[in-house]
Amino acid sequence: MILIAIIVIPIVAAAVAALDRRAAPGVTVAAALAAFALSVHVGLTVAAGGSASGIPGWIGADGLSALLLLLISFVGATGAVFSIGYMARTRAEGRLRGYYASYNLFLGSILAVPLLAELSMVWIAVELTTLFSVFLVGYAGDRPALEAAWKYAVLTLMGAAIALLGFLILFWGLRAAGGSAYTWDGVRSAAAGMPPALLGTAFLLILVGFGTKVGLVPLHTWLPDAHSQAPTPVCLLLSGVETSAVLYVILRLIPLAGGVHAGVWAQVFGLISVGAAAFLLLQVRDYKRLFAFSTVEHMGIIITAAGFGSAGAAYGAVYQLLAHAVTKSFAFLAAGLVLLAVGTREIERVRGLIRRSPLAGAAVLIGGLAIAGAPPFVVFLSEFSIMRAGIAAGDFLAVGLLALFVAIAFVGIMWHVARMAFGQPSEGMKPARLPVSARIAAAIAGIPVIVLGVYLPGPLHALLRLAAEALSR
Amino acid sequence: MAHGVIGSVNALIGGLFLLTSFAMVATRQVRGCLQQFVYQSILLAASALLIGGSSASWHLVAVGLITLITKPIVIPWLLRRTVPERIFTRREVALTINATASLLVALGLAVLSYFIARVLLAAAGAEFAAVNLPIGISGLLLGGYTLTVRREAVPQLIAILTMENSAFFAGIAIAPGLSIIAELAVAFDALVLAFVVGLLTRLIHERTGHTEVARLTELREEGER
Repeated sequence: MILIAIIVIPIVAAAVAALDRRAAPGVTVAAALAAFALSVHVGLTVAAGGSASGIPGWIGADGLSALLLLLISFVGATGAVFSIGYMARTRAEGRLRGYYASYNLFLGSILAVPLLAELSMVWIAVELTTLFSVFLVGYAGDRPALEAAWKYAVLTLMGAAIALLGFLILFWGLRAAGGSAYTWDGVRSAAAGMPPALLGTAFLLILVGFGTKVGLVPLHTWLPDAHSQAPTPVCLLLSGVETSAVLYVILRLIPLAGGVHAGVWAQVFGLISVGAAAFLLLQVRDYKRLFAFSTVEHMGIIITAAGFGSAGAAYGAVYQLLAHAVTKSFAFLAAGLVLLAVGTREIERVRGLIRRSPLAGAAVLIGGLAIAGAPPFVVFLSEFSIMRAGIAAGDFLAVGLLALFVAIAFVGIMWHVARMAFGQPSEGMKPARLPVSARIAAAIAGIPVIVLGVYLPGPLHALLRLAAEALSR
Repeated sequence: MAHGVIGSVNALIGGLFLLTSFAMVATRQVRGCLQQFVYQSILLAASALLIGGSSASWHLVAVGLITLITKPIVIPWLLRRTVPERIFTRREVALTINATASLLVALGLAVLSYFIARVLLAAAGAEFAAVNLPIGISGLLLGGYTLTVRREAVPQLIAILTMENSAFFAGIAIAPGLSIIAELAVAFDALVLAFVVGLLTRLIHERTGHTEVARLTELREEGER
């Protein structure tokens, strides 16, 4: 029942938001908090060895799903709180109902991805995440925003069509192996008996197709555009959890398709993405694009780790999923604070932020350090555990490249962020006051960024171990 | 295979299906593209009905009927409602790559698909797949190619829809046992897709006065000055 409620709540909230403009922000926050509370309950139940009831064969949650739920609903809740003050300043009063309705539908569709157990429904959920977020990306309505929305829609929907053939071929393989239920469990138990040609082709089509939506290079071109043009509260979801939720589908398939070298493909795509993102990071001029490229980098790191295939690397991969969701959403929140304070996205025009707007300056500095992977933040720990697992598995070349690219990305992110935070405040920069809701959102989102690096709660650790099991062969 | 006549008719449908995919690469007028999509969707439904009828699968017959209602009727209607009429009469004078060269590339993709399908068919046979699989894969690749060379919004949207059509053209032969709930959901999804992207096209038209999306190039890539 609880799992069904998690999907239904955002849908109901979307309907209410579409009908009543005044109630829309409150309902959105309440719905997201309710989904988060239920997800915490599911997480605790699963971590304690229990199982959450859904609809057998259609809706269910194991450790990996429960972890994703927790992350998505947390980011969804902070994004909802952040939306209140942020969107009120966009001077688009008339379209706020549409914004909140879309926000809820978008959140609901992301939550559905890990909850659904039937694979064709998973494909539909991923497709809906695009369709419900197209107008959020293009919300500003000016030429750059519409261009970004178009690229986002066309490229990710094309990817989804390619993945669709992959899912159909996977079903063919399931039947050829004598399996019947087209669920994650059904596919897992039939994988060994599938004809390798079918399993391999299905995996590659899904890797390329959904890889487009994850932002794997060279199919990433839409991502920095969409993630920089969308209203910042939406970026929390886009960058923090939407990419991870689609990556989750690929991650589940990698151990199943181990016999057809899925791990090697994952490492190749992963390392290319990390490397390309690291070099592109150095050249950005827009700080939201900076954080968007950091997402491409993180996605690459996670899929590379999953490609290593050992139990330790699987743990590192899910640990990085957690680290990415909390730190990247915080980094975008910080970017939103800067944008609210100074009104420009250009790195060149932001200087001495710490002195002019201490909260925005501190947030962007902490966010930058956290996503770049500085100790003691949690991204440092997850990246460290991935590299350790890679060395233990003997993948020295991959780990060497990974370490090099991560170091370049670190320098790139810190160079940009430090220029923004410190230095002589630029002339004529009169920071605006930050809305109360934005301050509250920053405080909520900041807690896990600060805490998780030094303390991992017991149940969360148990959940990570269970999630890693789902990714091990 | 076993069903001689039905197999031949299905092969004919397949041939026509492939022809619509080729036509979409070269058709210049936006309205013509939509027309090809309608033909293609009817052929998809026909193949589903034929295969479903011959194997007494009510489920595939249902898929055929759903397709027959949603794709050739509801989607064009939705597009006519959301996208301004003027856009449909537009001709793309400047294709990114000229039509003759495009058709050669398309031919190459179709041959490639045949070889990919052969590898898969050697691994697991399925009735009718020998026709539907290679044509489905060609349609998918041709759709992707059409998407990249087209400059107008509506043909790009139609290219995505034909890619889904093609995946399903293969799907009715290789995955006939997919649950009916999933089939319904996918049909619904295609409607939402047409509606959302159609609406976005309208917004772009209102904002910029044209729908030549290839001309939207304000967002700079890294390293550009």
